[in-house]
Amino acid sequence: MELYEKTIHEVAGELKAKKISSVELTKQVMDHLEKVEPHVQSFITITRDQALAQAAEADKRLAAGKDVTALTGIPLAIKDLLCTKGVRTTCASRMLETFVPPYNATVVEKLYAAGAVAVGKTNMDEFAMGSSTETSFYKKTKNPWNLNCVPGGSSGGSASSVSADQAFASLGSDTGGSIRQPAALCGIVGLKPTYGRVSRYGLIAFASSLDQIGPMTKDVEDCAIMMNAISGHDPKDSTSANVPSPDHLTDLKKGVKGLRIGIPKEFFPDAMNEEVSVAVKDAIAKLSGLGAELVEISLPTAPYGLAAYYVLAPSEASSNLARYDGVRYGLRVPGENIVEMYSKTRAAGFGPEVKRRIMLGTYALSSGYYDAYYLKAQKVRRLIKEDYDKAFEKVDIIATPTAPNPAFRFGEKTDDPLTMYLEDIFTISINIAGVPALSLPCGLAGGLPVGLQLIGKPFDEATLLKAAWAYEQSTEWHKRKPSLRKD
Amino acid sequence: MAFEDWEPVIGLEVHCELKTATKLFCGCKTIFGNESNTQVCPVCLGLPGTLPVMNEKAVEYAVKIGLALNCEISKFSKMDRKNYYYPDLPKAYQVSQYDKPLNFNGHLDITTKEGTKRIGVTRAHLEEDAGKLVHQGGKAGRLDSSDYSLADYNRGGIPLVEIVSEPDIRSAEEAHAYLTALRNILLYIDVSDCNMEEGSLRCDANVSVRKKGTEKFGTKAEIKNMNSFKFAKQAMEYEIKRQIALLEKGEKVIQESRLWDVTENKTKPMRSKEEAHDYRYFPEPDLSPIVLPEDYVQKIKASLPELPAAKQARFVAEYGLTAYDAGVLTADQELAHWFEVGAKLTKSPKGFANWMMGDMAAQMKEQEKELKDLKFDQKKLAELVDIIEAGTINSKQAKEVFLELFNNGASPAEVVKSKGMAQVSDPKAIEAAVDKILAENPNVVADYKGGKQGVIGFLVGKVMAASQGKANPKMVNEVLKKKLDA
Repeated sequence: MELYEKTIHEVAGELKAKKISSVELTKQVMDHLEKVEPHVQSFITITRDQALAQAAEADKRLAAGKDVTALTGIPLAIKDLLCTKGVRTTCASRMLETFVPPYNATVVEKLYAAGAVAVGKTNMDEFAMGSSTETSFYKKTKNPWNLNCVPGGSSGGSASSVSADQAFASLGSDTGGSIRQPAALCGIVGLKPTYGRVSRYGLIAFASSLDQIGPMTKDVEDCAIMMNAISGHDPKDSTSANVPSPDHLTDLKKGVKGLRIGIPKEFFPDAMNEEVSVAVKDAIAKLSGLGAELVEISLPTAPYGLAAYYVLAPSEASSNLARYDGVRYGLRVPGENIVEMYSKTRAAGFGPEVKRRIMLGTYALSSGYYDAYYLKAQKVRRLIKEDYDKAFEKVDIIATPTAPNPAFRFGEKTDDPLTMYLEDIFTISINIAGVPALSLPCGLAGGLPVGLQLIGKPFDEATLLKAAWAYEQSTEWHKRKPSLRKD
Repeated sequence: MAFEDWEPVIGLEVHCELKTATKLFCGCKTIFGNESNTQVCPVCLGLPGTLPVMNEKAVEYAVKIGLALNCEISKFSKMDRKNYYYPDLPKAYQVSQYDKPLNFNGHLDITTKEGTKRIGVTRAHLEEDAGKLVHQGGKAGRLDSSDYSLADYNRGGIPLVEIVSEPDIRSAEEAHAYLTALRNILLYIDVSDCNMEEGSLRCDANVSVRKKGTEKFGTKAEIKNMNSFKFAKQAMEYEIKRQIALLEKGEKVIQESRLWDVTENKTKPMRSKEEAHDYRYFPEPDLSPIVLPEDYVQKIKASLPELPAAKQARFVAEYGLTAYDAGVLTADQELAHWFEVGAKLTKSPKGFANWMMGDMAAQMKEQEKELKDLKFDQKKLAELVDIIEAGTINSKQAKEVFLELFNNGASPAEVVKSKGMAQVSDPKAIEAAVDKILAENPNVVADYKGGKQGVIGFLVGKVMAASQGKANPKMVNEVLKKKLDA
């Protein structure tokens, strides 16, 4: 087994034991990364020099045995909507092709403080709007399991990079499923934390009230390690919760005996992909076999999440993306006057999906429509949150499929936005409710990975990780590696 | 119809920059006049990924304003985004308050010719200021007709409170009185510099006219760019006349924004791009709602200083001043304080007030001096007032002593002494002087006793001359009368 194929918790031991240096490890990872990159296309920017410099720093720490964390010297990938000081951050948009942030996102700062090594910035759907990474201005990221298929999205590059061993883990962001769906499609673990668990400072906003940064990893233990590094209150983010952040490793291996797992009937529609349905049901049976108690529940308003989401998220996006006007940074297309400059800049800088959502949101917030759309969607949000609250009176976690289908082919859903939006049908209501959820591999459908989604109580990511670890350890799914082949 | 048949209806929107040390959502300084773009950071430049953090001091100041304007304070309020494109607005939205302002339903009493009038305050909400544009080349100093424009974001993100009045104002004079009273309150509670030249106080007016006796409001125009209270009054006076003239001719007032042109002394229409704006307000998702517990509000309430109106009433009751005089003295907090310190040091607070508003004010104006430049303190002025009250010197002398005090800070008692001004008020000395004059003028005494009482003036003059003017004339008069009538 090559070093880059290992997990964080495996390789961290070798670093600490000084069996290998971070510089050697980073070189091996970078070499592999660059070798497979032409096939997978996970990255918008590769930061080899920075990575090696950081690795050298990490080696000093490791040598001194000072400030050594579980991530010291570990090469990681960062989604290209997280601001990195001195390294351009594009959001996969032409608009920000030249944008070099003068500051680090809080999560990036935290990873650097832990001694991590950043190998590059990963590809994504433009401004995180999409479920296949096809809306990127720069490139099409391929699914390592089948290069003819999409990796999912919007954190497609973050998912493919981990799946293809180009990094030990990555950071993604999840507004409606953008961590979990690509994690499921690429056969890795992805966690969307509770809204407010991780600072959003430096995350280039898509929909502020829904966005959340989370880890994408090779296995559940790595996910817990990453959560420990990035969680916690940030005075720079007023929406980050001022609640204690636990050690996610403490109870990780304590099993699921007596854990009550809710199975919501709304998440198993008849029209679902048969193999996905079977894999998820098998996984749930396995959890039951491990001692969990299954409880049939109902989340009656959850199916309205998709409709509410496509009012709320575009509304916020229409405002969040208004600042890209060509005045201060990023793309500027000159015009005869200021209004012409604005419209030419925005016409050239944004792709069709981003424009579609800006128009949707602008319309929904317009005078005379606000009550019918935005306000109504906020009411739906309240009802969905109440549904989850009620469910969690009866159960500790909820188990569902992550996505209705395995990875699909390029172009398969791009002609009809609605079919693309339906990719997020099982993930979206979780963002609306603000609760945490993770996806982990639970089987194959047509040779492509299937994800099991576990949903938890607010700020109880630890229980999610505990259940996920118990399941993972009883299967071999997480040990399977993609072939990087076309079909 | 005539001019008098119309009634103006005015509502004012006042923007007041709060004097917090840092901006509303970041740690940048708020100093006026520093080099362009030196007080900026990723947050107030609206760089991608940045987030706002509420400045608690700004909330406190905003609540202070609400309480001072008799507003109800929202226990639950929130920030909203007001979306529009302009290069001085880096996020392309202004974080403001829409349907849940911090302060609402208040009022402010103003003094008019007809007495006290209450002007409603609809709301006073918190928001961020925009940056400043400097247009270069081209014509008219405007964004769309200049060659290029420079943006300075030092001002961007400074906290503002927008104070919106009800359309209760009926003349430019009332508007002026409202602005003056409002500014005075803001200075009293120490939340803003209220400097119109530096833009820390700005005012827009919604002006319309209607036929007297009718209820329905006429079509309004919004007047902007009124950079001083004087210009504001002129602009509103002009606008009222303009609208009446239009309506008298049977024409219509167009709803529009108009700029006050200082050089031409008239209001002119702005470009119409301002019209029909849809700001698409929605709750700012990056900030939590503002929840203010009752004890927090009570604590701020308790910290408020005595406000101008209350102080004025107290000066009347406590120091026997007229309402007018108390009004003049309380129109400036420093002046009021200066008076009150002095009032406690003199036997005649009213006399003290008279000197402050009379000779002292005149000299300060003439010599362009402020209170802090004075060479004397209240104790010395009180000394002068008491010397005058005691009848030690006459009014002409008093003015001379005051000039010494004002120009050199000399002690009035010492001036009186060194210049030998002290009136002789010793009854024995005066009696002796009177006796001497009576003895020297037996014929005049006989005239008096014969019924020519007017001659007493002649005798007073003689005594005064003999004392070289230092004798207390009142006492001389009394003693003479007593002796002649005996």
